[in-house]
Amino acid sequence: METANIITLAGVRLIIPELTMVCMGLILLLLDLVVKKKGVIAAVGIAGALVALYGTFKLFGIGGPQTAFANMFVLDGYANFFKLIFYLNIILTVCISLKYMAIEKASFGEYYALLFFSTAGMMIMASAADLIILYLGLELMALSTYILAGLMRKQPRSNEAALKYFFLGAFSSAFLLYGISLTYGLTGTTNLKEIASALQALNISGSPTVFIGLIFLIVAFGFKIALVPFHMWAPDVYEGAPTSITAFMSVGPKAAGFAVLGRVLFDAFGSMQVQWNSILVPLAVITMAAGSILALAQSNIKRMLAYSSIAHAGYMLLGVIAGTPGGLTSTVNYLMIYMLMNIGAFAVIIMLRREGFQGENLEDYMGLAKGHPLASALMLIFMFSLTGIPPTAGFIGKFYVFMEAINSGYTHLAIIAVLFSVVSAFFYLRVVMYMYMKDPKEDVVLTTSCSMNLALAFTAVMVLVIGIFPSLLLDIVRVSILG
Amino acid sequence: MVPLSWYIILSAVMFSIGVFGFLARRNLIIVFMSVELMLNSVNISLVAFSHYLQSMRGQILVFFVITVAAAEAAIGLAILIAFYRNNPTIKVDEINLLKG
Repeated sequence: METANIITLAGVRLIIPELTMVCMGLILLLLDLVVKKKGVIAAVGIAGALVALYGTFKLFGIGGPQTAFANMFVLDGYANFFKLIFYLNIILTVCISLKYMAIEKASFGEYYALLFFSTAGMMIMASAADLIILYLGLELMALSTYILAGLMRKQPRSNEAALKYFFLGAFSSAFLLYGISLTYGLTGTTNLKEIASALQALNISGSPTVFIGLIFLIVAFGFKIALVPFHMWAPDVYEGAPTSITAFMSVGPKAAGFAVLGRVLFDAFGSMQVQWNSILVPLAVITMAAGSILALAQSNIKRMLAYSSIAHAGYMLLGVIAGTPGGLTSTVNYLMIYMLMNIGAFAVIIMLRREGFQGENLEDYMGLAKGHPLASALMLIFMFSLTGIPPTAGFIGKFYVFMEAINSGYTHLAIIAVLFSVVSAFFYLRVVMYMYMKDPKEDVVLTTSCSMNLALAFTAVMVLVIGIFPSLLLDIVRVSILG
Repeated sequence: MVPLSWYIILSAVMFSIGVFGFLARRNLIIVFMSVELMLNSVNISLVAFSHYLQSMRGQILVFFVITVAAAEAAIGLAILIAFYRNNPTIKVDEINLLKG
């Protein structure tokens, strides 16, 4: 606040990718007024995301963490890699949603604009070096996603999903603010680095009040990444929201939540690792347990994948619990892999949707392999990957997270995680069993489009390539985060 | 001069009332009001801390919170109206289409 020039040209240079995303959102809103073909809007959107991606690549090379705007915004490898996840997430989502939203009769231009605003919010979260900017980024992401979840406004299921998501999201952001205010009151600052030094200087790392503030923050982030017991919204919202948005928000807000969780815990509360692990370890165990066991009982595949995404959040948490930069690296690596396999699986689900046919029940997958061997093979790859069977990427993701947990002395957690992975194999492989070993009840016609095929090909190839050559991805993650 | 602790206690009590209202009330509008109460309790504690610490950050955050809460109210009520058009109820117990 004391510095005269808070907004500098060098600072504005660092936020060019965010500015590009926000401008793209505004351009798409205006474009929607004059262009009637949604394909054009989607193409312009993808081009805009690629421009922002190029901007991030350019900034990747400047080396070392850079801060701007009175140390509120930080650009380092960690933030840059998360932005890469968000770009891929939005591009793949746009690819899989074009035809689907037309079938749902919810093909509005603002759909694409809101995707961009939401992604801009996630990018701000990944770069937040201050609790104020973190809150703003989180709200920008969340408010846009609430609307997206309820975009099919003629459908009661979508209305209800948006309503539940909104109320629990607002509830969790109140917790976030209470945590921020306690932390601010005790340390006198909202800057993450200054919080860390204030905790050292005032010697209050052991203070119960600081711990309560930290608990409030973890609860708020737990809502965003759907940790049990803050997961109540996830199954309902994933089921009711448009499937393309389910794909988008099972990855985006979760990754952004992990980005801020890692940043806040490591940068600000690094000296309190024993305390935060005492909360995160039980949370991780019940998250893995509840996610895997409740998924067994689901007959709706979107709902099943919602519980699966809860279980995956539990596995990812192991890397954070490990408490080392290596652990964080493995979590980020897992998030990237999870994004690819999850969007791939949702793309196959979207293909089954056509006029007058939901295609969301497990029975709809019976005998799919007879009529559509390629689509079934793709679903097989994604389901194997979600289970964590080699040679798919899902195995690599789990392997490194569990390895980091064991290296940090959490062998018992790794054993529990492996056990629940075995449980999860039951419901993932059930889909495969339905597709390959049952007779079809009725003929299923798949809805395909060029962009959908591209997205499916990309995710499937990446899942296999990363599964066979894991160092391709792991080297990039290591260089970004460990420097 | 009112001591800092009074404000903090007031804020904590208001926040708890908000949490209770959110969990216990059955009318969606009142649930929504409870969320707003929670946000405003945070504003009280932020302003109190800001005055106590003689730092502006808390008050700056309060302005952001008020602005975001306004946007949140607009979106929340819009979602509520869209919902009400299809299912004319605002009772929490009757919103049970999605379950399992």
